[in-house]
Amino acid sequence: MSNLFDLLVAGLATGAIYALVALGFTLLWQTSQTINFAQGEFVMLPAFLMLAAMHVGAPFWLAIILGILLSMILLGLAFKLLLVDPMMRHGVLPLAIATMALAIGIKEAVKQFYSAEASPFPSIVPTGEVSILGHAVSLQSIGVLTVAILAVLGLTTLLNRTSLGHQMQAAAQNPTVARIIGVPVERMIMLTFLINAFLVALASLLITPIYLAKFSSGEVLGQAAFIAAIVGGFNQVRGAIAGGLLIGVLDNLAAAYVSTQYRAAVPMLFLIAVILFRPQGLLGRAEERTV
Amino acid sequence: MKSTLVVGALLTVMTATGAFGQAIKLANVAELSGGGATVGTNWKNGIDLAIEEINAKGGVLGRKLEVSHADSQSNPGVARAQVQKALDAEPYVLLGPGYSGSVKVTAPLAAEAGIAQIMGGEAAELTQTGNKFLFRTSFGQQSSMPKVAKYIHDEMKAKTVAVVWVNNDFGRGGRDVVVKELDRLGSKVVADLSTEAGQADFAADVGKIKAANPDAVFVYLNEEESARILKELKRQGVTAPLMGETTLIGQKVIELAGDAANGARGHVGLTTDAPVDLIKAFREKFSKKYNYVPDHNGLKGYLAVYMVKATTEKMGKVDSKKFADTLHGLTIKAADEPGILMDVTFSDTGDIDRQSFLVEVVEGKQVVKQVLPKVK
Repeated sequence: MSNLFDLLVAGLATGAIYALVALGFTLLWQTSQTINFAQGEFVMLPAFLMLAAMHVGAPFWLAIILGILLSMILLGLAFKLLLVDPMMRHGVLPLAIATMALAIGIKEAVKQFYSAEASPFPSIVPTGEVSILGHAVSLQSIGVLTVAILAVLGLTTLLNRTSLGHQMQAAAQNPTVARIIGVPVERMIMLTFLINAFLVALASLLITPIYLAKFSSGEVLGQAAFIAAIVGGFNQVRGAIAGGLLIGVLDNLAAAYVSTQYRAAVPMLFLIAVILFRPQGLLGRAEERTV
Repeated sequence: MKSTLVVGALLTVMTATGAFGQAIKLANVAELSGGGATVGTNWKNGIDLAIEEINAKGGVLGRKLEVSHADSQSNPGVARAQVQKALDAEPYVLLGPGYSGSVKVTAPLAAEAGIAQIMGGEAAELTQTGNKFLFRTSFGQQSSMPKVAKYIHDEMKAKTVAVVWVNNDFGRGGRDVVVKELDRLGSKVVADLSTEAGQADFAADVGKIKAANPDAVFVYLNEEESARILKELKRQGVTAPLMGETTLIGQKVIELAGDAANGARGHVGLTTDAPVDLIKAFREKFSKKYNYVPDHNGLKGYLAVYMVKATTEKMGKVDSKKFADTLHGLTIKAADEPGILMDVTFSDTGDIDRQSFLVEVVEGKQVVKQVLPKVK
């Protein structure tokens, strides 16, 4: 029983990170029909940007800020202007394939210019434990969960409670009408790319102390987040959150109760079941678009 | 006139080499480039250092040693081609490669040619195929794991043990031997956890260890995964002592795992930090010649050449056909041959028995805590 509790907490912590990454998937799809297969590498890269900043002497807090800013420039602005915009004209599929190429490019670049070996990465949360309901829970798990929940709350508040959020919703739901009523649709789309870049940088900051900074670490994350987004419902923010948490817990339970070899297969089987029986995802709605 | 000069020159050369006898030719094939470049370069430098020393003292049975170096590019296919080429030149003994995979594909070639091969590979299976010409320079798993099990049982006094291993040839080989030995000694394996190479998340595995509540945890993973599990063990507050092999307490693991590596213990077959005077002297000579501190592969290359010297002197002649037979079952004592650094015995399969070391990570540094004696 105590084991189950530990597994649930660890699963929720990992799942919260998946949720952040899955959220980005959903946002990009909603506003610009971009399926970003480089999303995993987008999570891997900011950690290296932060490490590079620390190499040139920046303290950790400054490296975090620089890393997030650089991510927003490279993975938000440059990604949209240099890859998405030119490719979008040719349709969803060429763009999706271009993002696959980008994923390979980022991975190889990190391997070439940084290292093929893993590097340590400092944690923003101190190690230690607190007792919750008689169970020892690590501060790191709590920290990861807290930061991820705050980010999700912040994002949903922005989308649902602010004028900016409503404009983004409008741009996603019906760009033509939104344009007519004066919503700067292009700017709204750019904003979602910047938000996605911020979310992946945050996920990078949270997951890298556990997974270590390595050029290949995006593969697992990208796949998990993609499954999470589909399972939860590709067209709903809350779907991405629920999907992320669910896949995190499922992955951990599968590793513990099925086997480590088949841990990756369980979320896949779940994905197939969802596609067969509820193609719009657990919380998604058929044929509707909203952020 | 011209021909007289040529004959004269030839005669001079023959006399010059004749006084020393014909050189004994060794061939080395190692990982001089590619992923294993560190392994191969250390190994090669160790060989060169030993040959320089031996030749300076008059060679072996009055004959100088010579070695040719070939690069396997860390690739078993290239290694096979290079070994074939080296064997065509009929060397006295073949040295290398260092990677088990390359040894596996080249060993049949050397055996077919009847040339002894002294190599750096550590996979258990290498010496289990009945090859009569293959010799190790370091422990195979079948030699190191019994020592690990004995330490867990006798010194850690662990009645229950969790065993975590990586699901590949290396991990499974080590796991099979250690579980068998622990069982024989009476320590119960309460959790037997297979993990995947490259695995990122160890929360579930550590959860299982925690639930099993063992007296000790044996960790046998590759270096990056070792670092990840050490961090996760710390994160989940597992306090049972941790035991492993070189892969748990290596410098890279310490760098990656940080604080979480402190207290981890590991069995190390060869280390240049060993509290053995001859090894300290080796380290000093090596560092002076090459300007860096060698790793255990430097030691292995050095030992390989001294194995050739000791065996040849035991035979009293240079006979490549009888070399392997002589080395089987041979014990070389450091008192008689200081270059062998520690007393060593070779089994009929080419495996070695030698003392080894128990290393603990203390405040981010490897500290040799204990010298573990030879098994027999």
